[in-house]
Amino acid sequence: MTLTEKIMARAAGKSRVEAGDNVWVSADVLMTHDVCGPGTIGVFKREFGQNAKVWDRQKVVIIPDHYIFTADSKSNRNVDILRDFVKEQGIPYFYDVIDDPSGHWVFDPAKGLTNRQYGSNYAGVCHTALPQKGHTRPGEILFGTDSHTCMAGAFNQFATGIGNTDAGFVMGTGKLLLKVPETMHFRLEGALQPGVMAKDVILHCIGEIGFDGATYRALQFDGPGVANLTMDDRMTIANMAIEAGGKNAMFEFDAQTKAFVDYRCKLNGTKATYEPVERDATEKFVYEHVVDLSKLEPTVACHPDPGQRKRAKDLGEVKLDRAYIGSCTGGKTSDFLEFARVLRGKQVVITTFGVPATPEIVHDLQTARWGDQTVWQILVAAGVQMTENAGCAACLGGPVDTFGRMNSPMKCISATNRNFPGRMGHKESQVFLASPATVAASALTGRITDPRDYWN
Amino acid sequence: MQSVFTGPVYVVRDNIDTDQIIPAQYLNLIPTIAEEYDKLGSYAMCGLPESLYATRYVKEGKVDSDYPILVAGRNFGCGSSREHAPIALGSADCKLVLAESFARIFFRNCVATGELYPCECPERLCDLLKTGDVVTVDLDAATVTVVATGKVYSFKPLGDVRPVVDAGGLFNFARSSGMIAAQA
Repeated sequence: MTLTEKIMARAAGKSRVEAGDNVWVSADVLMTHDVCGPGTIGVFKREFGQNAKVWDRQKVVIIPDHYIFTADSKSNRNVDILRDFVKEQGIPYFYDVIDDPSGHWVFDPAKGLTNRQYGSNYAGVCHTALPQKGHTRPGEILFGTDSHTCMAGAFNQFATGIGNTDAGFVMGTGKLLLKVPETMHFRLEGALQPGVMAKDVILHCIGEIGFDGATYRALQFDGPGVANLTMDDRMTIANMAIEAGGKNAMFEFDAQTKAFVDYRCKLNGTKATYEPVERDATEKFVYEHVVDLSKLEPTVACHPDPGQRKRAKDLGEVKLDRAYIGSCTGGKTSDFLEFARVLRGKQVVITTFGVPATPEIVHDLQTARWGDQTVWQILVAAGVQMTENAGCAACLGGPVDTFGRMNSPMKCISATNRNFPGRMGHKESQVFLASPATVAASALTGRITDPRDYWN
Repeated sequence: MQSVFTGPVYVVRDNIDTDQIIPAQYLNLIPTIAEEYDKLGSYAMCGLPESLYATRYVKEGKVDSDYPILVAGRNFGCGSSREHAPIALGSADCKLVLAESFARIFFRNCVATGELYPCECPERLCDLLKTGDVVTVDLDAATVTVVATGKVYSFKPLGDVRPVVDAGGLFNFARSSGMIAAQA
């Protein structure tokens, strides 16, 4: 069996499953957020009754992160709905925007979009917050009401996005009927060259198989090259399995996985026991591709879908209006460090926005010093508009007052994960997906630029 | 259950993602609240760029579409897991989507909500039909007939998906088939 099949067999209480089988699997964690949580709760109550209890309150994780820093009253209301539900159910893992469990969330635009407006529990973008807060464990099943839930495949876990109705069902029963996906195999070899990042790996793979090349399938990443990728790198790659239509991504378990997960579970007092799955000779794949990491070059997915693969160095004629770094896939500390490495001591020539994924990342950037400046100060000095209000922000457009949203037709290069028409706001705008290094180099020239020209 | 649907089609191309079906700015609406469900319908497909789609799916000021049948190319419904997407279409009175292929989560959400029938048609109907053409879809026979020409195309039978959508979604189906207990 493949790694995905092994986890699904275990969760279904079977000795083996194969691709195509429909099996009932037990959930280890159900995650929801402010955009799909209220609807999921609505389905749960409609179907199981107004007084129903969730199947296991320790296994429901609720992370408001999408439409938080907006004056839109419905969005603010949606965070309040989550808080009321958590109180009623006694759910311990709720990363509220405010500290008062009886309060109401109201964003104050008068304080500006860049100054911190959240309390001590707020955790930021759900997919980045889940591992930081000790909720991702090898060998487990994670369901989330968000397509980028597949990011947790970085931790040798089966993680996939589901809709509100399915999530309402899981909330009440702890189970879901799933088809076991076929697995596509990406064997990684070698190590990335300077100026080439994990984002280039996944943009390469999606370009190889097309934007729907993995529909209904699992993407397994293994091989000797994985040891040369950090957990952040693996998260960047797993995050975008959905951009090829994938059901989930799956990385092998190794010493790095163990160190990360053990530390985070202990730090946060979450369940620290788990059972990883390992490869064996019985695995069968429907597709094989070997990626020599050392041969990859800075890669861009052009408008209008993540499969439009080009090399950054061939796109120098594309003039840009805006640059953006942020999101679950591209707003981690390591992403901002490479971004800052390119921008340090220079000036961006187009409007450039930076949105850290989580408050912990804001803290990292505001405390890490390179010489006499923090990384945050280096970015601000380079002309980047940085916000302390960590969240999904303009990656998915959001309400019109969202920080960094494109409210007119323009061209933006972005370290985010999706570039269909209208994704970051205006429906006639264009988004080019690239690594933080490529976004930074392009921000310096106003055209799509290979970051190796600026590597230092 | 109704198995024959006749009406004008609305035609879109490949790779229509959930942002084009229901733009992210309207995800503040909660589908289980009746008036917000209706509102979602009024925004169905409004994320399509006007430069490519001059005719709106739902006319300005209306909550229902004049097109009960959507015709699409490959990978319809890709992108986000938002259930608001099939719900917006269902709320706008869309009965079924005939696509060359579907993205996984969207397909599943159509079935789970029972909002519409996701029919996979190997013929590229999006190349053969234009918005406003009238067709008759017969779910039992798994055929699409173009009314003006009499031309008939087949699609993949819905199989196990059909009774779930017929029942009005996952929960209704599970109850009617005895998989879960009737509502208290």
